Amino acid sequence: MTTALELKNISVAFDRRTIIDDVSFALREGDIGCLLGPSGCGKTTLLRTIAGFESPREGEVWIRGIRVSDRKHLVPVEQRQVGMVFQDYALFPHMTVKQNIAFGLQDFKAELREPRISELVGLLEIGEFLNKYPHRLSGGQQQRVALARAIASRPRILLLDEPFASMDIELREQLAKEVRNVLKQDGITAVLVSHNQYEAFAMADIVGVINEGRLLQWDTAFNLYHRPATSYVADFVGEGVFLSGTVTGEREVNTELGVITGVMPLDLEQGKPVEVLIRPDDIIHDDDSSLTARVMDKAFRGAEFLYTLALEDGTRVLSLVPSHHNHPINEPIGIRLEIDHLVVFPARK
Amino acid sequence: MSTAADLFYPESTARAGMTRLIYAGILIILSLILSLPLFAVISSFLIPVPDVWQHLVDTVLKEYVLNSLILMLGVGSLTLLLGIIPAWLVTMCRFPLSRTLEWALLLPLAMPAYIIAYTYTGILDTSGPAQTLLREFTGWQYGEYWFPEVRSIGGAITMLSFVLYPYIYLISRAAFIEQSICALEVARTLGCGPYKTFFRVALPLARPAIIVGLSLVLMETLADYGTVQYFGIATFTTGIFRTWFGLGSSAAAAQLSALLMLFIAVLIYLEYWSRKQQRFHHTSNRYSTLTQKRLSGKNAVFAGILCCLPVLLGFLVPVIFLIKWAWLTYGKVVNDQFLNMMWNSIMLASSAALIATLLALFMAYGKRRISNPFTRVAVNLSGMGYAIPGTVIAVGVMLPFAWLDRLIDGFFRTHFDYSTGLLLSGTLAAVMFAYIARFLAVSLKTVDAGLAKIKPSMDEAGRSIGLKPATLIRKVHMPMMRGSLLTAVLLVFVDVLKELPATLILRPFNFNTLAIRAYELANEERLADAACPSLAIVLVAIIPVIYLSRSISMSRPGHDYST
Repeated sequence: MTTALELKNISVAFDRRTIIDDVSFALREGDIGCLLGPSGCGKTTLLRTIAGFESPREGEVWIRGIRVSDRKHLVPVEQRQVGMVFQDYALFPHMTVKQNIAFGLQDFKAELREPRISELVGLLEIGEFLNKYPHRLSGGQQQRVALARAIASRPRILLLDEPFASMDIELREQLAKEVRNVLKQDGITAVLVSHNQYEAFAMADIVGVINEGRLLQWDTAFNLYHRPATSYVADFVGEGVFLSGTVTGEREVNTELGVITGVMPLDLEQGKPVEVLIRPDDIIHDDDSSLTARVMDKAFRGAEFLYTLALEDGTRVLSLVPSHHNHPINEPIGIRLEIDHLVVFPARK
Repeated sequence: MSTAADLFYPESTARAGMTRLIYAGILIILSLILSLPLFAVISSFLIPVPDVWQHLVDTVLKEYVLNSLILMLGVGSLTLLLGIIPAWLVTMCRFPLSRTLEWALLLPLAMPAYIIAYTYTGILDTSGPAQTLLREFTGWQYGEYWFPEVRSIGGAITMLSFVLYPYIYLISRAAFIEQSICALEVARTLGCGPYKTFFRVALPLARPAIIVGLSLVLMETLADYGTVQYFGIATFTTGIFRTWFGLGSSAAAAQLSALLMLFIAVLIYLEYWSRKQQRFHHTSNRYSTLTQKRLSGKNAVFAGILCCLPVLLGFLVPVIFLIKWAWLTYGKVVNDQFLNMMWNSIMLASSAALIATLLALFMAYGKRRISNPFTRVAVNLSGMGYAIPGTVIAVGVMLPFAWLDRLIDGFFRTHFDYSTGLLLSGTLAAVMFAYIARFLAVSLKTVDAGLAKIKPSMDEAGRSIGLKPATLIRKVHMPMMRGSLLTAVLLVFVDVLKELPATLILRPFNFNTLAIRAYELANEERLADAACPSLAIVLVAIIPVIYLSRSISMSRPGHDYST
């Protein structure tokens, strides 16, 4: 498949302060990518650089084989054919829903506009309020209209800036899936910015974790969780704790929980102090196990409890346990390790 | 329960209710007195004056209406151009002087329309510096060339637009800043260039706000007396004056005033309606920092010139000439008589400002403490004066005062065989009453805004930690209100100082102010001599403009303008 979007060594700075530092990635035609990171990490700036609102200090942005930004040239936003959905939707309050959508179809031939609008109406189920003004719509309806407007003219790439941020938390994941279905049906390549990993996983094919202006890993959700490239990614994605340990063999690490074996992605010499990532699903509750840990805290999550457990030496780990195992605080319970992916990083000083 | 009664001293609810009733009563009576001029003018239709009225209809009424419409159309279009374009450029772009221009574009607000009219007449007249220079330069003789006539309706439109465009500038700049930058950015992602974005998104979004500004401009245009009088253009305001003093018919003058109020009522409705529309045109509560486009080369020079022009024409050029003429004439003009006028002006303006602010304080607190439809209507009624032209207020004050004078005089004559003469008409009390009826709105709006910053929950918080009401006022309200009160006093002071037509009609015989003196000298064709009183007025009027400018330059684009 062809590459729809490529960033080559992009750096962006505002008044000498570096916001984006040497970011490169490529997105295939029809894929949905997500830039994931905490607030202030530079992900929105990166999105705006792709749109053409910001110009890079170094590097190049390519959209479908055309170089649209480099350090000396900038194709104006209005010529890039990028669709954009803003955090606050930015619907035009003085136009009806239909006029808002048609606003993006100015370059369409007149006879093609109506069919495209009906197509979008079917795709996004916005028919019933097509002639209303935005201030009469709910947040979810406004979002669908914003999406319809952005994809109306079949942009070369769609950019979404925290599209679910003003939604109720319970709705976000479901909406993310719905939007994904729409984009896939229409065959749209999209880049999304989010600080919420569940939203990112629900929507994107490929996710980039960004921190302090650097792209740490550009990978699938599965790999981010199970094969994080840096300890920051491991910490940011999913839950878990780091246990300190020592490398004892080529595929062995000795920790408080005993010797853990598995394939280590990094080449670490014996005797080196390391940190091992233990996910809540790596620790299984087993009443028959001889290894015990004391319950320090528990959070009810419906089907499961997330227990915070203290090991012998006081080290704390997390464990997901089916919720019919209701243990009181301070009770020692039996646990066992079940690690498929051994994630090890050199110990931080 | 008995212990509670021992511990606390319950207030008598009946007595508290009585106090509130008395307060509300005073408030309503005050507002009725203050809206007396309006009622007097409207009720004038009840007195038939068929012959004078018929004469007006046959001769001049059509001209009044037509000229007023032409003025409104001309001033409306010109102020829109002069106001919106610089507002857009200084908000969205950076170019040489753009930061300075942001506030400097307000300076013409300090220039009363009649003063700029006198000044430009002095500059552009046949014997003025502009034509003299032209003749010296070309060797033409008088009559051999065409030169635009200032004393024309076109001249009046230009003069009024030069000083009124800041209303449009101020309000459209605020609207552009308040627009979600995202709405503009989304238009660009949808393929709109800068011009298309402006015309299809930014301008329609700002439209309700701009219409509010436009209706204020048109109200000021209709209210103008000094400019149209000087240029000899027959409009409602000059017509009212002429009917009163020329035809000697106060009833017909009042009816003309009522007709003018009909025009104004339409504008008030337009303003009210647009303000309501504004909330639907609100885009977002999120404000991302607005990045201004840096213009360079030809564009920067062009934008700079375009934005400098209104400031230059509406303020700098007239002020430079005023200074020059004042320099030449001050030895002759500034004498005891001049100082006396200055004292009169300051005395009148400061007492009106103090009284108006105290009244506003009383009313704003009344509306806050006793909020019911009666008090709200009463307070709103008291604030109507801003829309009523000075000429109309003067007529509205004259009528009831004269009626009262006749009543008192008649009473004393029949019962005591003694004539009291005119007790109220033609006194400073009448002038003061007119000022307050007209400018109370200004202080009321400022005090109201100040009071709104003190949230009711702050009162409750204060009371709940044990502050007595008086302590609450002293410790919380006073410090928070001080700025607003000062602003209110200042704004009314300047408005009164600039006021011309009401003072002209109502002043006691031989009582002069700076504004009246400038008017008299200009009408005697002593334009250079008028510079001293004019300059004095402009210099004082700059103070509130500077105050406004400061708050403008502190509200940077992209930041929340409303707080």
